[in-house]
Amino acid sequence: MSRRRPEPVQVVKQRRDAVLKALVEHIPYVRFLGISFERRGDELTAILPFREDHIGNPLLPALHGGVTAALLEVTSNVSLSWSSLWDDMESGVINVTDPAEIDLPRMPKTIDFTIDYLRSGLPRDAYARAVVTRSGRRYASVRAEAWQDRSDRPFAQSNGHFLMPTRDE
Amino acid sequence: MESRAPVNAEQFMKALPHCGAMNMQLQQIGKGQATIGLPYDDRFVGDPDTGVLHGGAISAVVDTCCGAAVMSHPSVKGATATIDLRIEYLRSAAPRADIVTTAECYHVTRSVAFVRASAHDGDTSKPPVATASGTFMVSAVKP
Repeated sequence: MSRRRPEPVQVVKQRRDAVLKALVEHIPYVRFLGISFERRGDELTAILPFREDHIGNPLLPALHGGVTAALLEVTSNVSLSWSSLWDDMESGVINVTDPAEIDLPRMPKTIDFTIDYLRSGLPRDAYARAVVTRSGRRYASVRAEAWQDRSDRPFAQSNGHFLMPTRDE
Repeated sequence: MESRAPVNAEQFMKALPHCGAMNMQLQQIGKGQATIGLPYDDRFVGDPDTGVLHGGAISAVVDTCCGAAVMSHPSVKGATATIDLRIEYLRSAAPRADIVTTAECYHVTRSVAFVRASAHDGDTSKPPVATASGTFMVSAVKP
């Protein structure tokens, strides 16, 4: 009995990083806010480096609630797309030989999104992670949390529902 | 209750860095109601294949509009903080359309303000692009 040899580590990393890059970089609004993603295996963390123009109220000063909402929504949407692409990416259905040519399905559409503002966002970098709590054929539920200094003290959390793209659309 | 002195809308928006960065336009404010416009901008697009705005950009203007409506309510004194905000996306905005949001603070207790809002892309034959409801912490004095 012979077992297939595992793929070389750089092949696996290159493929996953290329798909993640294609997923994130084509969204103009993600670039506008300056959000990037770090990957550990399949786990994604969104990073929002602080900028002066993210401030809502200059008297406090605090991050604009809309920036916090956008960080959570982008993290939820990208994490959901990423997890729904995982099997096709790993099995080679998505061709990644030319990163510019990666053909990804449409992004999930937000149906509704609820944000809890737990404490005010400080003028410094923010991070966020999302968990897909339900992943169905038609819709998905995604929960996300954003934190700054201490990961056990999130400053905002969200719950959203997303309509899944149909494959032949 | 007499209405407040008119706010210099342009200065108000420019004093809030993120609102200035997104070029939000305060069109009307007072007595618990606010209207804010978001002119179309390529940088706010979520899906470059269609030119439709990202939901996060609509959230940002809806959040601002709700906060402005609360602050303009005659019973509300001083600063407000958002407790929660829920947004429903009824349909995609038309490609390259400007967005106008209106918010109404419809009830205020001593410590909580309740707001609802909607965002429209100008096509009045259709429902709003998004509707929202939110609650804010306030310190309020009954008029």
